[in-house]
Amino acid sequence: MTKTSPSSYDEMLHADGSVRSAYAGYCQWHDEQPPDLLRRKGSEAEAFFRRTGITFNVYGNEDAEERLIPFDMVPRIITAQQWRKLQRGIEQRVRALNAFLHDLYHRQEIVRSGRLPARLLKNNEAFLPEMVGFTPPGGVYTHIVGIDLVRTGEDDFMVLEDNARTPSGVSYMLENRETMMAMFPELFTRVRVREVSDYPRRLARSLAACAPAAFNGKKPVVAVLTPGIYNSAYFEHAFLADQMGAELVEGSDLRVENGRIAMRTTRGYQPIDVLYRRVDDEYLDPLTFNPNSVLGVSGIMDVYRGGGITIANAPGTGIADDKAIYSFMPEIVEFYTGEKPILPNVPTWRCAEPDALAYVLDNLADLVVKEVHGSGGYGMLIGPTSSKRELAAFEAKLRAKPENYIAQPTLSLSTVPILTKAGLAPRHVDLRPFVLVSPNGIDITPGGLTRVALKKGSLVVNSSQGGGTKDSWVLDD
Amino acid sequence: MLGRSANGIFWLFRYLERAENISRLIEAGFRMALTRDASDASDEWRSLIVTLGLRQAFEARHGTEYTGPHVFNFILRDRDNPGSILAITEEARTNARMVRGGITREVWESVNDGWMQLKEALARPVTETRLGAVLDLVRRQSTQVRGAMEGTMLRNEIYNFARLGSFIERADNTARILDVKYYVLLPSVSYVGSSLDNVQWENVLRSVAGERAYRWLNAGRMDPRGIAEFLILDGRFPRSLAFCYSKLRSNLASLAREYGGEMHCHEILRDADCQFHHATIEAIFEQGLHEFIGTFIRNNTALALQIQRDYRFID
Repeated sequence: MTKTSPSSYDEMLHADGSVRSAYAGYCQWHDEQPPDLLRRKGSEAEAFFRRTGITFNVYGNEDAEERLIPFDMVPRIITAQQWRKLQRGIEQRVRALNAFLHDLYHRQEIVRSGRLPARLLKNNEAFLPEMVGFTPPGGVYTHIVGIDLVRTGEDDFMVLEDNARTPSGVSYMLENRETMMAMFPELFTRVRVREVSDYPRRLARSLAACAPAAFNGKKPVVAVLTPGIYNSAYFEHAFLADQMGAELVEGSDLRVENGRIAMRTTRGYQPIDVLYRRVDDEYLDPLTFNPNSVLGVSGIMDVYRGGGITIANAPGTGIADDKAIYSFMPEIVEFYTGEKPILPNVPTWRCAEPDALAYVLDNLADLVVKEVHGSGGYGMLIGPTSSKRELAAFEAKLRAKPENYIAQPTLSLSTVPILTKAGLAPRHVDLRPFVLVSPNGIDITPGGLTRVALKKGSLVVNSSQGGGTKDSWVLDD
Repeated sequence: MLGRSANGIFWLFRYLERAENISRLIEAGFRMALTRDASDASDEWRSLIVTLGLRQAFEARHGTEYTGPHVFNFILRDRDNPGSILAITEEARTNARMVRGGITREVWESVNDGWMQLKEALARPVTETRLGAVLDLVRRQSTQVRGAMEGTMLRNEIYNFARLGSFIERADNTARILDVKYYVLLPSVSYVGSSLDNVQWENVLRSVAGERAYRWLNAGRMDPRGIAEFLILDGRFPRSLAFCYSKLRSNLASLAREYGGEMHCHEILRDADCQFHHATIEAIFEQGLHEFIGTFIRNNTALALQIQRDYRFID
């Protein structure tokens, strides 16, 4: 039914064109469908997304103020067995991340032991001196984590990135499933897929389990803090607040009252116990961080340190997903868990180290080079698809500030077919499972968000750069 | 609920109501213009712009020449008109996005869907041929949102704030139409009984979608006192001032029950409400229709402001 690209692992088909077991049920169903049905359903889905307002905003692009993230209707399927291994690996990694954060903001044993160079913390804006010596309620730093995984072979999953600040995309995971179930109900009676729809409830429970010292009611009051309707992920903020039954607040709704953060309700100011903030550290408190911020609350850091509120994720978690730190994750996992990492990193050269820099400069055309503090796929170089001029320009940047960059090999990411005008065609994908952390444990929703590069051969899956999404299935045993 | 959300809900419904009322006004004006010669038609269009308080803005854009297409395009979609139907529908949708968690999926989808359709319909200038369909679209959106709300929303404070927004706005709109047309309704010796009067009076009714109801209730008899009485005091007609105030009363009463007490706005409502109790149209005409309406509009605005203060819409 489709051709695989010879160099990459295709998740649906073996090299000989036969269907892998994970996709057996789906493919059987797919082949029974009238040829035009899926395409027709595709435009139905688009109209549905527009009407329901599932859009994201693109910064600096006025015409397309609200754009849809394209949704592809062929699911991405993971077997129960593969998932069990991923789950163990993710849990181990997230446990290590939290232990690491606690250590960084306390005794810094990992630096003392010589496993992590102290220079990575010095002058690193993601490391917040305000958090030193403070332990967040319940000892949880990263209440919500998104671990970006890529796959290169049957059992070869690697962690590409940890998102420990405010990972987004979970609303697409939920809406993609809703859409698939609405369009192809019979498919779900034939293939048993593990449920994702209780994520908001699990999130609410997980956040409520981290109430601050000042909490004295029956049920912790949870609120979602959004930068407002012009933020690219506003839909998701509103969606999660709605699904959790929490208030969706903006900075202008909040103020400090009696050592608590209170929101202006129609009945007066009411204290909040747990604030799931979708505002970056920098904008959280104009008194402590960026003084020009209008998105945060003046004085929230003092209230936080005084035990008046829980901020999720804790301020300062960005240090753990810094790309320079990333390259040390295998050591970090081992240091805190005493175990070998179950999920490997993508091999990474730290350009700050002279030997690594020399190698990177010699092999620039074959590598992917990323800015240490960049995100969203901006400011990166993909060697194999860059022109000579682009390579030369990037080389100059690298030489000028090598410590700002890391480099990785161009991975041959796995492919999953998408529906094109010419039928199914393989495209590269990644996977972002969503992980909840509370004092009660680590909770991973089966599956996550699959992002897919819609352009043939492209490896960039970011939605801001032409990526799409797929429903991600974990099969039930 | 958040004060900001209450504000968002309140304005969402004010804007939707306003868009609907403006579309009725355009429709009535269009109909009038069609039945008149060119200079009278131009007067009619001018009166529409005056009713909407847009005279300055319009003349800055088009001068004093009031042609139909200039007028209705200005009201519907002109960028120089911040109160255009397109602009306020967009405002309504922005508010709906902001309070997305407080409204049901059906309500949100009707707002969003209506906005998408209207945006497309108003992407290019509207011709006389297309005008009817466009106005229809505006009214249909309003009806659809109202229906979705009626059928899916909990009857709680959110619903009350939505209804308060609708009826504050509707009362204001009906009063403003009366205010601009009051001279048409003042019995004048020379015009009484002439066919021109009849058409003018009917047009006042038409701009509040009341012509059929009025005829049905009054067996086709058109007289200015009757019409004024109908629009001000008839509690059966859903766009009359008395009807709007009975709805404001019941929704504010629900809020008082839910919040365990009355606020300052409840007092203002009681004062404003007095004007409908024991009032007769004769007394109103004696006091002066214009003065009566002027006072009404001021009180209505004061009530809206007090609601916003009492329920902390703004800091």
